[in-house]
Amino acid sequence: MLTASVGDTLLSHGMTQVGPVTMAHLGMLLAALRNPWVATGILCLLGFFASYLTALSWADLTFVLPSTAFGYVVVALLSRFWLHETITIYRWVGILLIVCGVGFVANGPSLTEHKPQLASGEAAPEDEGVVTGGAR
Amino acid sequence: MMHAGYIYAGPIETWATILTVAATAVAGDVLTAGAMRRIGDLDLVRAKAGLGGAVRAVTSSPMFLLGVLCMAVSFFSLLFTLSNVEVSLAAPASASLTFLGNAFAAKIFLKENVNRRRWLAALFVCAGVFFLLAK
Repeated sequence: MLTASVGDTLLSHGMTQVGPVTMAHLGMLLAALRNPWVATGILCLLGFFASYLTALSWADLTFVLPSTAFGYVVVALLSRFWLHETITIYRWVGILLIVCGVGFVANGPSLTEHKPQLASGEAAPEDEGVVTGGAR
Repeated sequence: MMHAGYIYAGPIETWATILTVAATAVAGDVLTAGAMRRIGDLDLVRAKAGLGGAVRAVTSSPMFLLGVLCMAVSFFSLLFTLSNVEVSLAAPASASLTFLGNAFAAKIFLKENVNRRRWLAALFVCAGVFFLLAK
């Protein structure tokens, strides 16, 4: 979540230095890779994807996705206090709603444990799955 | 109404492209999550086979590769959508629909127990993303 937020902000900062890229000058995208802010931002986003996959290997998708949405809040705060962008009242409302949503899911268990399969390979009829395991 | 810099898209085309972005994003997320569930805890895989082994385990999974393909399709669908629909509608609508769609898809395909707490989380985040991106 932090790597995604910092990565997006670094990319944004780097691309403002690179300037606007038009369809006629797509080569500028390659030149942008040489910008240290852009390169560091890409490394951060690679770190995000690796962390995201690791989280998915031990937690439910419906636990991981709302949790990573907190990154939107971090991006908004970084853009406000580092890039000095304006945050409207609608955005503050959005930030509040996301914080509430993350709070709901973060206080709950992270993984659905399914009952063992029957010998025939069929799942037990009452197998609805229960959520278990705390956030790591 | 014609907006400066945008090709006008009718309501059907607008929502069809937004739904395509959300549906492919959901497919990508669910396939990726399913693949990671099959592979198992990556921390344990890395402890046994090292970082290279963990990378091989992930990148050799057809389900993971299909998920990444869906994510790529979703990304290019978003680019296409943004060339026809105003970003203030396309971005929040597709992101919010993706959150809700993921909750449904995780319950149906991944058999996750999406309890009331998780539905509330999905709805709050969905609404929050809409407000945040709509400006």
